[in-house]
Parts: sequence; C-alpha cells; structure tokens
Amino acid sequence: MAESLLAVSNLTRRFGGLLAVDGVSIAADEGRITGLIGPNGAGKTTLFGLISGFIPPNEGDIRYEGETITRLPTHERARLGIARTFQIVQPFAGLTVRENIVVGAHLRHRSRADALAAADVVGREVGLGGMLDRPADTLTVAGRKRLELARALATEPKLLLLDEVLAGLNPTEIREIVPVIRKLCDRGITIMMIEHVMQAVMSLSEHIFVLAEGRIIAEGAPAQVAADRGVIEAYLGHGAAKKFGAQA
Amino acid sequence: MKGIAPILLVVAVLAAVPLVVHSNTALNFLVITLLTALAGQGWNILGGYGGQYSFGHAAFFGTGAYVTAILQVRYGVNAWPGFAIGIAAGALVGAIIGALTFRAGLRGSYFALVTLAFAEVLRILASVAPVTGAGVGTLIKLDLHASALQFESRAVFYWVILVLLAVSLVIARTIENTRFGAWLIAVRENEDAARALGVDAFKVKLGAMTISAAITAAAGCFYAQYFLFVDSGIAYGTRMSIEALLTPIIGGAGTVFGPLVGALVVKALGEVATYVAGDAPGLNLIVYGCVLVLVIAFAPRGLIGLVTGAGRRLARGKREVAHG
Repeated sequence: MAESLLAVSNLTRRFGGLLAVDGVSIAADEGRITGLIGPNGAGKTTLFGLISGFIPPNEGDIRYEGETITRLPTHERARLGIARTFQIVQPFAGLTVRENIVVGAHLRHRSRADALAAADVVGREVGLGGMLDRPADTLTVAGRKRLELARALATEPKLLLLDEVLAGLNPTEIREIVPVIRKLCDRGITIMMIEHVMQAVMSLSEHIFVLAEGRIIAEGAPAQVAADRGVIEAYLGHGAAKKFGAQA
Repeated sequence: MKGIAPILLVVAVLAAVPLVVHSNTALNFLVITLLTALAGQGWNILGGYGGQYSFGHAAFFGTGAYVTAILQVRYGVNAWPGFAIGIAAGALVGAIIGALTFRAGLRGSYFALVTLAFAEVLRILASVAPVTGAGVGTLIKLDLHASALQFESRAVFYWVILVLLAVSLVIARTIENTRFGAWLIAVRENEDAARALGVDAFKVKLGAMTISAAITAAAGCFYAQYFLFVDSGIAYGTRMSIEALLTPIIGGAGTVFGPLVGALVVKALGEVATYVAGDAPGLNLIVYGCVLVLVIAFAPRGLIGLVTGAGRRLARGKREVAHG
C-alpha cells in the first residue's frame, strides 16, 4: 500500500511537565475523511498545531506526500497544501467576508481579480454567497465557522484539518454543513477532523483515531471505535464500559 | 478595486494652490504640511496597513536627511543622486531594524519601544559622530539652482514635495490592490490566521517596513534640501516619530488619504494655537495630545473613518427605509 498523504509518527510535545501529545502516530489516507476524537484536554488541538506547524514537536516525525515536513514553518506547509481551521474562530474581523476569503485565495492566485473570483466561488460553495460583502464580525457563530472553512478552502488544500467546525452549531446548522464537508471529500480533498459531535463524525469518517491524555487509545472504523471498552471509559469514566456491556 | 482617480483629483487641486496663493508664509506652511503627510504616509504603510506601530520613524526620516546632506557637504555628491541615495539608505535602515525586530518576534508595544530605542540610539550617535557634524549639525551650502535641487521659489519646492506625496499616495493605493496588501492587512488583523493561510508574515512585515522607511526617508531628504540644515534633534528627535504616527492615526490609519487629512488638521490646529496663544514652547505637543485623545475617543478609525462610517450608516438607513 502506498504511503498515506499524511503520516505522523511518534510525535511528542511537552508543555513543562505536561505531556500534551505523547508518542502519537496517526495517518490520513488520501481522499478519505479521518476523524480525531477524544475527551477534552486530550491533546487534539495541540496535535493539529503540530501538524500545521504552529507548535514545534519535541520528538517525532511528520511526513506529508512522502517528504518530512517536521521543521517547515506554517506558511510553507500551507503552500504544500495543508490548511487548517481554528477551533476558536479567527476571522480578520475588520474585513468583509469576501476580503477574508481572498487572503486564502491569494496563495494560488497572484492577481487580485483572479483571487476575488476564486473567493466568490468558494464563498458560494460553503453557503456564504449572500454574505460576501458583510463585515466578518457581523456573522453568527455558524457563519464564522463557514468562513473559517471558506478561507482554508480558498488555499486549495490537499489536506484539510478541521478543528471542531461543528461545535456551537444547532442541529439544523449541522445538517446544513455536513453535506458541504462530504462534498469536499468527494472533490478529492483529504480531510482530518476533530469533532465532538459524535453523530456527525461517526457518519462522515471512514477511519477514527481516539486520543486520550495525549495518547492514541484506539483506532479503526467508527462502529469498532464506538464499541471499544477503552474509549467508553475514557469518555464516561472507569467502569462505564461494563455497565454498557461493551466488548473488551 | 479602487482606482487612482481620487488621487489624481486631489493632487491636481493641490497643484493649483500656488497659482492662487502667493504668500511665502502660506506656501511654507503647506510645504511643511505635505512634508509631514509624506512622513506620515510612510508610517501608514507599516502601522496603518500592517498594524505594526512604530514609535521610531525618525530613524528613517533622519537617515534620509543626514545622508542627503552629508553626501553633498562631505563627499561632493550632487543633490539629485544624494536624494535618491538618502531614500535608499532609509530603506536599508528600515530593513535592518525590521529584520532584527520581526525575527525576534516583537509585536505591539514591544515593537514600538524597540523602534523608539533605535531612533534614540541613532540620535545620540549623530550628536557625537564627526561625520554628522556632531552637536553643530550639517549645513548644506546655499546654491539656488535646479541642478543642486534648490529653488528660489517656494512654489517649486511645494510642487516637488507634492510630487513625492503623490507617488506615496499611488504606492498606498497600489498596495491596497495587490496580493502583498491583502497579506499585509491579514497580518494586521490576525497574524496566526494569516500564517495558516500561507502568508509568510515575516517577509510581508519586512517588505512593509522597507517601503515605509523609504517613504519617510524621502520626507527627510526633502527636509534637508528645503531647510539646508540638519542636526541630531531635528533628524532623529522623537518629534518626527510622533508626527509620523499622529497624522495617519488622526486622519485615518490604513487609508490612502489618512496621513494627508491628518497632517492638514494637525498643522492647521498648531498654527491656530500659535496664533491664539503666542509661541509658547511645547504648545504644538499639547494640541497634538488633545486632538489624539479626541480622535481615539470619538473616531477610533480617524477622521476619514468618521466620514465613511457616517456615509455607510446613511446608505444603510436609506436601504432600510426603501425595504421597509
């Protein structure tokens, strides 16, 4: 089997005495949606920070398209096709929605006109078509999540790291955005998503990694992971697995 | 995309002023106003568009002024190439300070303080180094010929500074319409988010600082030619650093015309204050302080922001009426 688009091996990151990410090895296969779940504080966002280059690792290796990128700065990783969204949305608040997306579009389009055209296409794709001229800080939470997605998409990534794009959305909003994510995958973008909305992540992902206290405690197909004793205990506490009659 | 038509219009109107106004005092006032606007435009590129608040733009102003003067006085270089080299030297100083500060990851008030420190170090060096004339300063020989970039008529000087200002306005507009500008503004709004989108924040800030320094240095070069005298207090004193940041903030930081509007307001108020209260020392600084407080309290986006904001509210109001 060919190497995965993204292969993280034995990645470790300490913050003082805290092992935020502890010898984690995960992979994202091309063209698939990979889920990354785990209780709060498990180190999921830190792991994304490591993959996107915001945080340098203490140990371990990150390979992308067969090349080691462990020491590359963030912007060069973006150029190679790794885009991320932020869990805590980071809009360019003083700019309009279109201007926000254009910043991403400029990565592949030097000319202003091309970038503007590309931004409009992406904006419509994620359902912001009617709001392109609104200031970004007037968007609702759902709108801001879409904007995060649009900006990342505008960089025309091969690998998209989605950090809780569904968090804080109501069920209707989630129902609206799930097909958008699925369509991106169908278009050939490899997606790795951190998500707490289990229904969505279970239905979208083909493969799921479970992170708890900095370590991968389980991986596999969604159904397999959901039935895993270690996973249930990590989420619900010691002894919970027995109560729910999970497989060992 | 915004065009350069408004710039042409404003410059054309300003160019016509000496045809109507012949008073040397008035022209002198306008020359100094445009000079301040030019220095402010330099600050505006880095501070207004890039969000990097420098407190030390005198470092570039002074370098431009000194290099222009010293090349002529000590090395016999003609004023025209001297002027160009002065701009280049200012840009170089900007690039060096930028490389050091941005590489060290300085942001916000740390960046402001370190730029101020650089300007102060240059001021102290200039006040003792023999090449700058130390405490005495450097006097350029009077030679009222165009070949020496000196003019008998104030009006010609006025047109020279106007051309420089026009170029700086076009540079600002061009930045707004290019990828570099989009990235620069993105860095101002949120540097981390910009980096995630592939923006090399270091390179963008360094580029902005170099352009910014070159423009403010041009104001310094012009100062040397106009007054034919430079000393360390004039060149590298905090007064220039303050005026360079005050004018765009009052006029509207991150707008093409902000520095020009700010310079007109600040300089006019300074004149009025002098007229009313006599030439009390430090009076202009008090006026600047009051205007700055008022602007930050009531028009945080500057006078231009106040006007465009009102326009937008009016338009929205009309739309709502039309829909309702």
